[in-house]
Amino acid sequence: MHVLVLLKMVPDVVEDLEIASDRRALDLDSLRMILSEPDDHALEQALLLKERLGAVVTVLALDAPEVDDALFTAAAKGADRVIKIVGMDAGATTRQAARCFSQVIADDTGIVPVDLILTGVQAIDDLDGLVAPLVADALHMPFLGIITGITLDASGTTAHVIKEFPGGVRGEFEIQLPAVLGIQAAERPPRYVPVAKVRAAMKSVAIECAQVPALADGGWPAVNVVEMKHNEPPAHAKMLDGTPDQVSDRVCGILAERAIF
Amino acid sequence: MRDALYLWILTVAAFGLFGRGVYRYLEVLASARPESRFDRVGERIKRLLVHVFGQPRLIEEPIIGFTHLAIFWAFVVFATGFFWNLVRGLFPFLPIPFADQVPFMRLALEAFGVLGLLALGVAAARRYIFPPDRLEQSRDAAIILSLIGIVLLSSLAGQWFGWRAMWWLHMITVLGFLAYLPYSKHLHLLAAPFGVFFGSLRRGTVPASSPGASRREEFTWRQLFSGLACAECGRCDRACPSFQGGFPLSPKMLMHHMKELVRGSADGQVDTRFVGEVVKREEIWACTTCLACMERCPVMNEHVPVLIEMRRHLVGEGDMDKSLQEALKNLNRYGNSLGAPPRARAKWTQQLDFPIKDARREPVQYLWFVGDYASYDPRVNSATCAAARVFHQAGLDFGILGDSEQNSGNDVRLAGEEGLYESLQEKNLRAFGKAHFQEIITTDPHSFQVLKHEYPATNGARLVRHHTQLFSDLILQDQLPLRRKLRMKVTYHDPCYLGRYNAIFNAPRRVLAALGLEVIEMPRNRTYSVCCGGGGGRIWMEDPPVFRERPAVSRIREAAALSNVQTLVVACPKDLVMFKDAIKTAGLEGRLEVKEISELVVQAMG
Amino acid sequence: MTGTICVLAEQWNGQISEVTYEALALGREVAGQLGVPLTAILTGSHSRELAAALGAADAVVYVDHPLLAEVIPQTCADALVQVLTGSRPRALLVPLTNISLGIGTLIGSRMGVPVVNFCTDIKVVDGKLAARCVLYGGKIEAMADAEAVPGLEPAVFGIWPGARPSDRGRIARPVPVTDAAVVLEGTRAIRLSKYIQPEAGDVDLTRQEVLVAVGRGIQDRANLEMAEELAKSLGGAVCGSRPVIDQGWLPLSRQVGKSGLTVKPKLYIALGISGAPEHVEGMKDSKLIIAVNSDPRAPIFNVAHYGILGDVLETLPALTAAVEARKTIAHHA
Repeated sequence: MHVLVLLKMVPDVVEDLEIASDRRALDLDSLRMILSEPDDHALEQALLLKERLGAVVTVLALDAPEVDDALFTAAAKGADRVIKIVGMDAGATTRQAARCFSQVIADDTGIVPVDLILTGVQAIDDLDGLVAPLVADALHMPFLGIITGITLDASGTTAHVIKEFPGGVRGEFEIQLPAVLGIQAAERPPRYVPVAKVRAAMKSVAIECAQVPALADGGWPAVNVVEMKHNEPPAHAKMLDGTPDQVSDRVCGILAERAIF
Repeated sequence: MRDALYLWILTVAAFGLFGRGVYRYLEVLASARPESRFDRVGERIKRLLVHVFGQPRLIEEPIIGFTHLAIFWAFVVFATGFFWNLVRGLFPFLPIPFADQVPFMRLALEAFGVLGLLALGVAAARRYIFPPDRLEQSRDAAIILSLIGIVLLSSLAGQWFGWRAMWWLHMITVLGFLAYLPYSKHLHLLAAPFGVFFGSLRRGTVPASSPGASRREEFTWRQLFSGLACAECGRCDRACPSFQGGFPLSPKMLMHHMKELVRGSADGQVDTRFVGEVVKREEIWACTTCLACMERCPVMNEHVPVLIEMRRHLVGEGDMDKSLQEALKNLNRYGNSLGAPPRARAKWTQQLDFPIKDARREPVQYLWFVGDYASYDPRVNSATCAAARVFHQAGLDFGILGDSEQNSGNDVRLAGEEGLYESLQEKNLRAFGKAHFQEIITTDPHSFQVLKHEYPATNGARLVRHHTQLFSDLILQDQLPLRRKLRMKVTYHDPCYLGRYNAIFNAPRRVLAALGLEVIEMPRNRTYSVCCGGGGGRIWMEDPPVFRERPAVSRIREAAALSNVQTLVVACPKDLVMFKDAIKTAGLEGRLEVKEISELVVQAMG
Repeated sequence: MTGTICVLAEQWNGQISEVTYEALALGREVAGQLGVPLTAILTGSHSRELAAALGAADAVVYVDHPLLAEVIPQTCADALVQVLTGSRPRALLVPLTNISLGIGTLIGSRMGVPVVNFCTDIKVVDGKLAARCVLYGGKIEAMADAEAVPGLEPAVFGIWPGARPSDRGRIARPVPVTDAAVVLEGTRAIRLSKYIQPEAGDVDLTRQEVLVAVGRGIQDRANLEMAEELAKSLGGAVCGSRPVIDQGWLPLSRQVGKSGLTVKPKLYIALGISGAPEHVEGMKDSKLIIAVNSDPRAPIFNVAHYGILGDVLETLPALTAAVEARKTIAHHA
């Protein structure tokens, strides 16, 4: 069985984000990139399938700062092949990224056939679309998102997946393979891989490079960002100061006013 | 002649069984990982003489300590007598007398025989009439008390009443004991002196980098040997803050498991699940690496290195609680365990009304290695600022690395993540390489430990001092301008990484005295200091589901029991955090407050 | 439908979803500014009666098909593309929820039209539609021009929960319903086996007047007890954000947020909850929100009415004590 994982790097929001001087995008030089968290879960889910079913796992990522680290980490965790798509402009949108993925998967004879394509359900910078359904449509595969569990039936041609709905309700679906799934959370939190293993992978594993395909024009109408700024929320809580006891007293006063007592 | 023949038969049988037992252990040890413990022989011999013949660590518990010493000396004298007699008995044609036919030897045998029997009496009374609560009754203990008793009595009876049967009883008992030795709890009689000889010459040495251990052959021979030398006296348990707090770890049981591991292999068993089933994960993670166990162990067992090797194995499998995982991920990515933005590492300096030099931009005399908690944790910021004020008012030329500083890696190493430690060290060394300074000072004992002992001194021989040492030196040189005397009674908590690890006890006390403070010692002070529970990466880990009392709470109660003392002085940021929390948990707000030493120095500087 | 503003109505559990009403409220405003009608599109199987709840719209298009009984994004997109291709509206507002996620993207790619996600507002600027989007976990606001290239209609807007108060989209007014027929392939590549309900807890969070919510800041399972005490004192129940449920400290039935429940109690006390958008969307309409967090930058303070900057483990017992004290006084008074 062959599982393909699609990874995307996104800005790391731990540090304050800075806006570029044209005020239409982030200042890319000032920020660090980190693997999109749902993509990390997708990788973990793929590795679980490898452990359970002996699947072969290929990881495909778009070139971005710090992507090498993410790919070596994936290899250290057990990915069998790690491939980087190079030649893209920085600041590519999600639809461009999805188009890129789809074409590389279709054209690269070394990747197909694929039984399952896993990627994160959504990334924090998915302004103009989601990767999973776009890739599914381009490859004529069925798609489901917000997935938190995958098992395969005996024949290996159908997957039973769990999808999250509101109110804690989950839906169990059958989906014919090959298929694309947008992962919300892996069945286990992403595993820890010690730094020594990642360093060993840096020495022993080669990241393959795939060239950005010449994309047919008119694939996606761009969304024009007119202005970007820090989000100033419209309101802020009235802060209560003092010792825990003082603050608690004030809270009780407020609750009494509102007749909650 | 027939006597000699019988003796030969018995001797060969006994030595044969003894030899076979010992040989099997040696086989196991030889197939384990190598470790170099053959250096500095002179020092080792000296240690051996002190600890085997003087037994200072046993005498820390005086009643049983002196009793044991007496039994031991009786043993030495009687062993001498035994071998003397054995040789004479096996080779009757030799022109030497029996041991008890030589006056001084006879006297020695009688004197130590009586002393030994008295000591046995005390030991037996303690074991069977007035046992301490923690004492486990065991068959082995009964056997050895009886055997020693028989050995001594038979010899004395033989000497006093000339009964040949007593002589035979004596020889057979000793030979029997010799044969039984390798298979019994009293293997430690043989192994202990070797344990002492091969003990670590430097405190707190983390084992050389390795992928960790879970199988017998993945440990080093010295780590396995700890199990063999262990007499299960329990001093380690009594010293261990985790064990005393009801956490899952028992250092004594750990040594027992190591012994069984060696024995099991010696009997051909395969130890597949040593880490996880025999030694539970909670035990392995419960250690604070405070070194109390190793400080008290009379046979120099190495509990902490064993645990670190097992932690390395677990880390290699990614097997750890989520909280630790999160901390390690943050350390790797952001250089601090809190996941705080690296660029904000020096933000605390904004609370000061003077600038602090950036050591990356201008040369300084002192490079101040600040540390994670001191930089980011609001509970510690006030202490960090106090230290800055002291440095400033003392006119020191100092600077910090700002956001180039990473966690020093000390606790990462102790948590078993060698690769991450190396990565952090590399980054720090790169930052050091770009800065210009004469000496490193740090307010964090954990950083102090690893900077001083594990980091290579790239700029020639590099000095590292903890700020209490610096203050102490400045005071001695009259360079710390103190304006007031603080007339207060305080107590001082020796941090593990200054105290037990580095024997720095006097410098902080000298500083406190110079401030005009009267230091009232807690009962458990200096090498007996009780760890706050935050070391070894534990401050990053989740608590086990069941435990009695956190070590920090126990320590706070100890401080609060000193009447007239309202201030607990600490010299470590983790102590500050752990004890502040513990005061709340124990409900002692208002009774006791925690102050970092710099805060008091600032007060005294006016 | 040409030139109209269109809202995709979601149904869940036999009802129109809350976010649909929020989207209708927003659509109502935009349509009003442009002077064009507001249309709602409802898909389903034998659920035509739900269209009556869509009174905020000027017209409803109902699409019935057995394959639309469950929401399967590709199937839904199939149907919607057929409905929208004939007479293209100017804009389509699609709720971004667990129910409809992916549908907007698919419509965008299949019809070759722009898609803008994370919208919290749509403005009409110089006669053109622009969206205010909140990106990067809520940290960045971007104004996006959705109609940069003329002639590409509809522009698809993914509406983030909380764009407008849902009450404004709940208008009781009769609305004309037309039926649209679609042809869908029964490829059966995706089939619902069953729904798994969360274990029936003893407590229905949506009926509680007081909720004490715990997040990562509670640090330890053992500290849940303290939260339970406070909840008991206030006559409410304990709930949690996703990390707490993922850890197994509370069952699924106590999860508040995107994949959990949406609640609107009189009082919501958020303890050690950072305020990530996925959680906030589940509790933002609570009447009184009091948040305790040690991080002054925690986004929860932007949605709370009152905030306490401090250690949860210190504040929580103090709160409980204060509440108990007040109750004793009130009792004796």
